[in-house]
Amino acid sequence: MIADTALKRPNPEELLRKVQAEEQNQGRGRLKIFLGYAAGVGKSVRMLDEGRRRRERGEDVVVGATQLHVAPEVAKRLERMEVIPLRVLAGVPTMDTERILKRRPQVCLIDGLAYDNPPGSRHLHRWQDAQQLLQAGISVITTVNLQYIEEYKEEVERIRGRRVAESVPQAFLNLADEIEVVDAPPDSCRGEESEAGAGDVARRQLELAQLREIALLVAADVVERQLEKYLEQHGLEQTWGTRERFLLWITPGADAQAMIASGQRNAQRFHGEWFVVYVLNRRTTAERQVALERNLALARQAGARIEALEGSNPVNTILRFARSHGITQIFVPRTFRESWRSRIFGDVVDELIRKADGIDVRVFPQ
Amino acid sequence: MRDAPRGGQLKIFLGYAAGVGKTYRMLEEAHELKRGGADVVVGYLEAHGRKDTIARAEGLEFVPRRKIEYRGVLFEEMDTAAVLARHPQYCLVDEFAHTNVPGSEHAKRWEDVHQILEAGIHVLTTMNVQHLESLNDQVWQFTGVRVRETIPDWVVQQADEVVMVDLPPQALLNRLKRGAIYPPEKAQTALQNFFKESTLVALRELALRQTAHEIDVRYSTPSASGQPIIAGSPAAAAGHDKILIVVTADPASAALIRRDKRVTDYLRAECFAVFVGRHADLRDLQPYEREAVEKHLNFARNLHIETRILEGEDVAETLIAFARLHGITQIFLARSRPPSGLIAVRPDLVRRVVRLARDIQVTIVADRRRNPIPGIQQQT
Repeated sequence: MIADTALKRPNPEELLRKVQAEEQNQGRGRLKIFLGYAAGVGKSVRMLDEGRRRRERGEDVVVGATQLHVAPEVAKRLERMEVIPLRVLAGVPTMDTERILKRRPQVCLIDGLAYDNPPGSRHLHRWQDAQQLLQAGISVITTVNLQYIEEYKEEVERIRGRRVAESVPQAFLNLADEIEVVDAPPDSCRGEESEAGAGDVARRQLELAQLREIALLVAADVVERQLEKYLEQHGLEQTWGTRERFLLWITPGADAQAMIASGQRNAQRFHGEWFVVYVLNRRTTAERQVALERNLALARQAGARIEALEGSNPVNTILRFARSHGITQIFVPRTFRESWRSRIFGDVVDELIRKADGIDVRVFPQ
Repeated sequence: MRDAPRGGQLKIFLGYAAGVGKTYRMLEEAHELKRGGADVVVGYLEAHGRKDTIARAEGLEFVPRRKIEYRGVLFEEMDTAAVLARHPQYCLVDEFAHTNVPGSEHAKRWEDVHQILEAGIHVLTTMNVQHLESLNDQVWQFTGVRVRETIPDWVVQQADEVVMVDLPPQALLNRLKRGAIYPPEKAQTALQNFFKESTLVALRELALRQTAHEIDVRYSTPSASGQPIIAGSPAAAAGHDKILIVVTADPASAALIRRDKRVTDYLRAECFAVFVGRHADLRDLQPYEREAVEKHLNFARNLHIETRILEGEDVAETLIAFARLHGITQIFLARSRPPSGLIAVRPDLVRRVVRLARDIQVTIVADRRRNPIPGIQQQT
């Protein structure tokens, strides 16, 4: 359990694997996803416009799947595209993957990624069909609605009070070479089911705003992963973060409750990440281990990621971890009893403040 | 939804770089409004010679620009008086962060926009995330570019809607290389500066998070931010932060204020900026120090932070006494630097405040100003 994760560096084998993975990716089609937070924000139109532009530039583009109900502005755009019709299987219209593979376009547009295929299909889900197209070297441009992302279904359900059956895993989104957010304020969402009465409009607006916020944050996370990948591939060290990341340095003697509550709240407000970290060394006695465990239990309860570090100089160990994890703020407790031990700890806080170049340090009263 | 002291509504199209399509989206919306029967005019459009943008502006009514001569050069600015006289329902104003040429009525275009809004005219406008004042240091940190034209965060927060105009960086770079954004020589320079892929990805992430935050501010429970701190209030209620920023003559104060503004916004906290000196009128300071302190306090006020000058012999003790009296939960300090140069910061201020603060959190804010890389000229 004790591991100094901060020391992890890519070794030559890892680098080789990375290069090989990139080479493998070369035969693969490119995946682009238009992400929206509700029906009617304009995902289909944006996707079809991109398809048309690519065709004008000489790419071979087909439409592999359309929505079952086509809005007028979408229908108008479909007229000018080559559409491979859905095939009806067990009474369910389904994307005709075999035919697309046989047709072998450069680019296939799939409107609505989150459909389940009827029993008897090769794949259960449409996103798996998309994956097959990508593997066959066909680029895929597709649309997806936030409420269908597996990992966010629960949150969306809490907001909308409604659950959808189909879903796409976040891992598939992470495969995307490009993700584009289709953002529009809630009042421009046409096409949403209008079962709500006039009195519900305000509530509906609030729901949509919450969904919109989540969609933007989902996209930000995917973008952040792309940035990390880019920096890694180009051998660049990430020294900045556009996302706030909090490191809570927990010590055995600390009254950690206020710090943990604050860390949790800050992470929520900033939509950031937070880590609870402690440093062990040879001097850590059993008694202090017990005290530490108490604090860690609190952190675990609050949902923190807990990391154990080992190092002879605690400040350097903490800062090494902080730098490799893009930490923007370090929370540290301070004791005021004028015992020799607390005086030494006080020096540790001073040392941290002095050395924490580029990172904020927040000292917590005890 | 928002408390609107003005008549008109403001909608901002937010992007992360030139060429993502902000102006285009704004023009599309203008056409849609016009089709719906609204009276729409263009107050100012910056097409940068882009063909698709110019084509999209066709059919819209333009209010002629105003020509202003400055040092023998003729500049064109939005003619705010003419927009007001024309009094449409909607007015398009490109480049919200623009600084007007000296001799204009307002220093900043966003001030013109406020005047138009006050007249009951709705405004559509465009800006990039890097123009937000509170992000200035962070953007400098990862782009090496100090953005000069900034907008105070509260101006953006007062907008009724903020819409993200998104485009993946790869697509943006392709557009740049095709010459769709800048003419070739400018495109080359751009590729070496703002338009590096890693920079674009970071800026885009920033814009996505900022837009999410703008939605959060508008649609979640009303915040207490912006309200003055009530003197003598007891310790803050659980979860409610009151932040005190310590401003000095040190240039790091500006970065400290920006950083604090960001934290205050996200935590929906209340915020105070103070300078501690021997005399309230700063008469014991050197003129350049006094000027720096006044500049920093002014800057805080521009960001809608309450400011005060505290009188006291001992900086740390005066701060703590003030903090106790006002129920401050967090003190923001810049990191003391070794007292080199003319402005000597008391090297032990941080240590003393941390020791005296007892029941108050103390945040020592990092110096995010990038160390210039030797041999590389910083772009501005």
